[in-house]
Amino acid sequence: MEMLWFWLVSVLMAIYVVMDGFDFGAGILHLFVAKTNEERREVLGAVGPLWDGNEVWLLAGGGSLFLAFPKVLAAGFSGFYLALFLVLWFLLLRAISIEFRSHVQDVLWRQLWDAGFSVASIVLPVLLGAALGNVLRGVPLDASGYFSLPLWTHFWVTPWPGILDWYTVLIGVFALVTMAAHGSLFLAWKTQGPVHDRSVALSMKLWGAVVVIWLVATVASFGVTPGLFQNLPRSPLAWLAVIIFVAGLVSVFVGVRRQKYLMAFLGSGAFILGILAATAACVYPVMLKSTLDPAYSLTAQNALAGRIGLNAALGWWFIAFVIVLGYYTYLFRFHRGKVKAAAEGEGY
Amino acid sequence: MGDPLFWHRLQFGFTITYHYLFPQLTMGLAFIIVVLKALGLKTGEARYMEAARFWIRIFGINFAVGVVTGIPMEFQFGTNWAEFSRISGGVIGQSLAMEGMFAFFLESSFLGLLVWGEKKLSPRAHFGAAIALWIGSWLSGYFIIVTNAFMQHPVGYTVTPEGIFQLTSFWAFILNPWAFAQYAHNMLATVVTGSFVVAAVGAFWALKGLYPEQARLNLKVGVILGFIFSVLLAFPTGDIAGKMVAKYQPVSLAAMEGRFDSGPFADLVMVGQPNVAEARIDNPIRVPAVLSFLAYGSFSANVKGLKDFPRDQWPTSIEMLYYAYHIMVGLGTLLILIMAIGLLLSWKGRLATARPMLWVLMLAFPFPYIATTAGWAVAEFGRQPWLIYGLLRTAKGASPTVHSGATIFTSLGFAGIYLVLGFLFLYLIGREVAHGPASHTQKA
Repeated sequence: MEMLWFWLVSVLMAIYVVMDGFDFGAGILHLFVAKTNEERREVLGAVGPLWDGNEVWLLAGGGSLFLAFPKVLAAGFSGFYLALFLVLWFLLLRAISIEFRSHVQDVLWRQLWDAGFSVASIVLPVLLGAALGNVLRGVPLDASGYFSLPLWTHFWVTPWPGILDWYTVLIGVFALVTMAAHGSLFLAWKTQGPVHDRSVALSMKLWGAVVVIWLVATVASFGVTPGLFQNLPRSPLAWLAVIIFVAGLVSVFVGVRRQKYLMAFLGSGAFILGILAATAACVYPVMLKSTLDPAYSLTAQNALAGRIGLNAALGWWFIAFVIVLGYYTYLFRFHRGKVKAAAEGEGY
Repeated sequence: MGDPLFWHRLQFGFTITYHYLFPQLTMGLAFIIVVLKALGLKTGEARYMEAARFWIRIFGINFAVGVVTGIPMEFQFGTNWAEFSRISGGVIGQSLAMEGMFAFFLESSFLGLLVWGEKKLSPRAHFGAAIALWIGSWLSGYFIIVTNAFMQHPVGYTVTPEGIFQLTSFWAFILNPWAFAQYAHNMLATVVTGSFVVAAVGAFWALKGLYPEQARLNLKVGVILGFIFSVLLAFPTGDIAGKMVAKYQPVSLAAMEGRFDSGPFADLVMVGQPNVAEARIDNPIRVPAVLSFLAYGSFSANVKGLKDFPRDQWPTSIEMLYYAYHIMVGLGTLLILIMAIGLLLSWKGRLATARPMLWVLMLAFPFPYIATTAGWAVAEFGRQPWLIYGLLRTAKGASPTVHSGATIFTSLGFAGIYLVLGFLFLYLIGREVAHGPASHTQKA
């Protein structure tokens, strides 16, 4: 039971990163690949109909965490209090930037929201990546089951770190570059003309950077948490995840070379999904590691909610998941092909 | 001022009050858009589709603000109310997760199709998108109300020796009778808000002499729906909700009514200020025996006063509860009155030219917002001092590690951000209303 819910929550979170990741990536590159109003509307037209649904994966993942592992949600959310409010505020800025921009045909109005979309899309992956870094590094959970972290202290990794230290910032930068690379392939797939060409040109540089930072981050993770990869040889799921992300990475490079951008984009999705799944397999069963004493760590076993509730939830969860896949199939079919520029006043 | 609990309550109260200004219009308009499109499909008249198109544009802007102010609500369960989440997450996590999985995906998937997809979809498919948004937004409302109903009237749970709440019956939890009463009352109120907004825009255009056909249509739809739903809001749903409170939260009822002493033939206080220190109502205007009848269906029924309950069970803010309740009921009555006059004039075909009444309808649209806000204040102040009624005190639910320095900082942040957001929202809605029902491309 605890393993099943651990994976359900992890899968939802990983899907969130893949799905919202491509619209984050489009936002990171927005000012760089799209210069004119028409080009920017092309980028927004590509992510506009999808971003809101993509963000729901975060709420679905958070909701599932809440129902299955309430202690983890309680400790994590209150412990990262300030950082999460920064996340909230930037999510808000990003959402209204996308939604409000098209309503007024004015140069300054549009420049304002273009910048808002871009800045929020750059800051959020760093914060969310740093959050993952905190989970990997561990937090000062004590016997009360709670912890509290300042935003930063001295940027060193110690038992009493800040949310931002050199390691978590590194993971944040890794997330930023990966999202940008992921978004560049989404734009390469969905757009044409100058936006497409610029995205393709950037994508290879970005993917080169992803590979380099990934290697650095892996070594750093081993340094910060020496036991992290202990599970790896014994877990078949971890090996499956490794195969998925290596295959994803190969298909990114092959796809771009052959100009099959959908293949490359799917490859980049598989890379992110695989790397997060491998991470989940490595940390299992620990969900929130204590830097003070391993006995204080919150695990899938000691944080699990009551059995009757979880059994009921499994029933509706799978029904809901199948329905959601149905919506997504319809939505992506409806928006298939390259984005067409909508007339002013219609669409993003 | 340094008490973290005070700031957690203020932050949640402020952000939820602000947030709910938007979803109530989303849910009300979603229904009204379905009605307009159904009429359009049935009659084949373009004016219904044109009205629907205008309200879909308003819906799009309103929905976006509802989403961005709603996400902080989900987060605050964990950030501000960690103990509450830890203790009851196994129960209320169900309904909150179901909201995401069943409602939010449905809404977000079809929103784009509703707002931007009319030209690409067949009229029936576009009508389908409107229905999807209606179902999605109303489902979302149900899951939130089930969550709140568990806090008001907990059912279907057990408490472990460690004090953790666990679900014992999923169906008892999801089909909480309190939720039915509250949901019916709340959803009717969303349509009342929507109707008043629709009527106000119609009245504005009529007063300005703009778009006469659309002005008349919006006025007519607004007053018909507004009258029906504001009546249903008072009876039976308001009545049922009141009887629920009388049965399960009698101490809250006493505070709402400003009733200090027990006894049969209880008076209904219409006007007056509760003086809690002296345990009386100053300068009251009373209607004899009506409270007994409203609460228990008999004039001779005994209605307990606050003095008959232990002090530590009293709601923490009796005055706020009393005023919120009286504002809700007073405005609810006024809403019925306004819509009744509007409907009568509309029936006689004189509404579009009755300028004094148009002024009233144009200016009345904030009243349903105030009434719904007051109504939720009744529910939430009435629940105090409990977070989960009778089981968990509010003081025991806050995050133990979050100090007031952090909460004050984020509360100030929200105050500033929501002020700016409010201006942006009003600016965009004002432009749409001024621009009128014609689509932007037709004008350009």
